Amino acid sequence: MSAPTTYRQPVSRLWWLKKRTYFLFVMRELSSVFVAWFAVFLMIMVVAIGRGEASYQSFLSWAASPIVVVVNIVALAFLVLHTVTWFALTPQAMVVRGPGGRWVPRIKEVSVAGRRVPAATVVRVGGRVPAGMVIASQYAGLIVVSAFVVWLVLR
Amino acid sequence: MTKRHLEPLLWLLFSGGGVMAAVFLPILVVLFGLAIPLGWVQPDYNHLHAVVSHWLTRLVLLGLFVVMLFHAAHRFRFTLYDGLQLRGFATPIAVLCYGAALVGSLAALVIVLTV
Repeated sequence: MSAPTTYRQPVSRLWWLKKRTYFLFVMRELSSVFVAWFAVFLMIMVVAIGRGEASYQSFLSWAASPIVVVVNIVALAFLVLHTVTWFALTPQAMVVRGPGGRWVPRIKEVSVAGRRVPAATVVRVGGRVPAGMVIASQYAGLIVVSAFVVWLVLR
Repeated sequence: MTKRHLEPLLWLLFSGGGVMAAVFLPILVVLFGLAIPLGWVQPDYNHLHAVVSHWLTRLVLLGLFVVMLFHAAHRFRFTLYDGLQLRGFATPIAVLCYGAALVGSLAALVIVLTV
């Protein structure tokens, strides 16, 4: 690759402190640190449970130490931010179609042996599930999963 | 060139892990990060051991750990690129992020196989 010849305005390393939306964007991206942290935390817990009751108890007293509790409270805040922003972005990232759409005929160009030729096809129009409904159904899923986890662990 | 082939897989792991983290992590943090260590609820050890050693739980945990670690690695990689303007170190950053996720995934595999 040759060196870029166009001028690029240098960007400050603290650009994300200049606007609230930039800051929230970076906070959302930083939730990744806490996703990794909690995966590791759960792995430590699974090892402790596997090693016997004494080991599980010492895991619990470590997890109850002030620093770990504070980290987990911060983690919870970041993970809620992750959940809310992830659910909000889903309808923008994918089109969810429900019943109510219809198929209409269209002429489309396809390539046959290197030549562009017209071909008949059908495409789906309408029936797009509104964004609000996609978001609501994700929260419904969250509630079902959470209730199941609580039932599984505490029954 | 290998990077070109890997990128779609990395995005797939990122979005899969994003969904799993969004749906599973809030309740898991509330339960195992706060409620149980602080004694708000006290599940029986033998019950927890039985739940964790069930083959289905192990399989789900392995899946969760792998996609979450790769999700975090992928997102953190771009946070470093953009947040700290470190595009000049793109390759070492990518190697470190995905390398850590890979090591973590192997550890997860060993953990669920031996628990």
